[in-house]
Amino acid sequence: MSTMAVSNRSADRMRGGYGFRAVAGMEWEKLRTVRSTWSLLGVFTACMIGFSLLVLGHENYGQMSAADRASFDPTSDSFLGLVLGQLLIGTFGALAITTEFSSGTIRATFAAAPRRPLVLAAKAAVLGAVTLAAGEISAFAAFLAGQAVLKAPAPQATLGQPGVLRAVLMAGAYPALIAVIGLGIGAIIRHTAGAICAVVSLVFVLPLLFGALGTSVQDQTQKFLPDTMRNALVSVKPTAHLLSPGLTLFVLSGYALLALAAGAWVLARRDA
Amino acid sequence: MIEARGLVKHYRSTHAVDNLSFDVRPGTVTGFLGPNGAGKSTTMRMIMGLDRPDAGQVTIGRRSYADLRWPLREVGALLDARAFHPGRTARAHLTALAASNAITRQRVEEVLAITGIDKAADRRAGKFSLGMSQRLGIAAALLGDPQVLLLDEPVNGLDPEGIRWIRNMLKGLAAQGRTVLVSSHLISEIAQTAEALIVIGRGQLLAQTTVARLSAGGGSLEEAFFRLTEGVTDYSGRR
Repeated sequence: MSTMAVSNRSADRMRGGYGFRAVAGMEWEKLRTVRSTWSLLGVFTACMIGFSLLVLGHENYGQMSAADRASFDPTSDSFLGLVLGQLLIGTFGALAITTEFSSGTIRATFAAAPRRPLVLAAKAAVLGAVTLAAGEISAFAAFLAGQAVLKAPAPQATLGQPGVLRAVLMAGAYPALIAVIGLGIGAIIRHTAGAICAVVSLVFVLPLLFGALGTSVQDQTQKFLPDTMRNALVSVKPTAHLLSPGLTLFVLSGYALLALAAGAWVLARRDA
Repeated sequence: MIEARGLVKHYRSTHAVDNLSFDVRPGTVTGFLGPNGAGKSTTMRMIMGLDRPDAGQVTIGRRSYADLRWPLREVGALLDARAFHPGRTARAHLTALAASNAITRQRVEEVLAITGIDKAADRRAGKFSLGMSQRLGIAAALLGDPQVLLLDEPVNGLDPEGIRWIRNMLKGLAAQGRTVLVSSHLISEIAQTAEALIVIGRGQLLAQTTVARLSAGGGSLEEAFFRLTEGVTDYSGRR
């Protein structure tokens, strides 16, 4: 009886045709089987841990002014590697689709699964899951390594302190969202160089342009830039002109969905 | 059965395909013939739903490609030989495609063996020769054991042994009642493989005929082809 039910169900699946699960299976195989995936994630993890060791291992707490001591945030200092790491991960996300366009694999992909928004959604899910896992592992490793090398009298952060666990988890989630934004940008631009350029602009150049605006405008707008949002996600000490961590995560997720929706729209309309 | 009706495709100012209608029937190999730039590849991409026609429609078994439930099990295609990530192995490329249409790993091994690249299956495909790439493309087309096969210039880069192999394979697949469409710009090559012929030039249908009828017109097959395509060849040398 139960085996009948199972075989009926699988027969139903066969009749139903390819869907999200099957396409996600393809995307996982594709992501898993190129060397650049693992080397990029390896460099990202090394960058996260390395910067944390570098920064917290050379903290000069003893010579700090009282104001600096008050704002000293050993948690957020563990995640300075994200400044460079977000670039690697954003590029990784863009490459997940631009290399398909440059090699022509995209035609094999769309021949196998003609529903293009479904393909992009499956890609985003696989990419998001892989970068979330890499992000969380790196975040915890960077945090623990950083606190371990932080010398007294500087106060160490522990996961039990208020807001610290949240900051570490968010530091791990941020790369996944940036990867998905990179994927959406890649789907729109299609060319590797152009897409990387757009990711760099979004993360690094946009803040410079905003820096040219008046301070009052800056205070109102800069908190909506991804790099500022990174700061909001990983800070434990309250900082002026930042959105709350929860709201930041919400807005950043909105950016990711927007990038995906735009990418899906462009993919569906343009010839492959 | 592939049915194209009034297909039109423009690229900027050029008419790549202009009001093209034809049928591809099962049971024989159909040659898709035309000079360079005639619109063969564009038409094949439209059949596959990769390029959207500006007008007209094309169906496979009365459904558009986008409506196929298991596309790879219904249509197999070789469009361009190098359409794979150079860093991925042949086996990984096929395994990924197989996953999308719930095709077994055993079938991946089968098509590797059929196309004779099983010994190179774990080498990075970017290191493949053109002939090997072509075989990998054919392996991908055969993956779902489809009833309809589309192959764009499949003999490119193959050695004589490989050419004979693919010729016999395509004939065998058609003899099983499958629909096989093979493009080429070489009449001599297609005449040895195909029975039915669709000849196009500058995106328009010049003839839907058979090899037998074309060669019955007098003179050699090549001359008959040149007569047909006279005046629609975009790129010709000085005489």
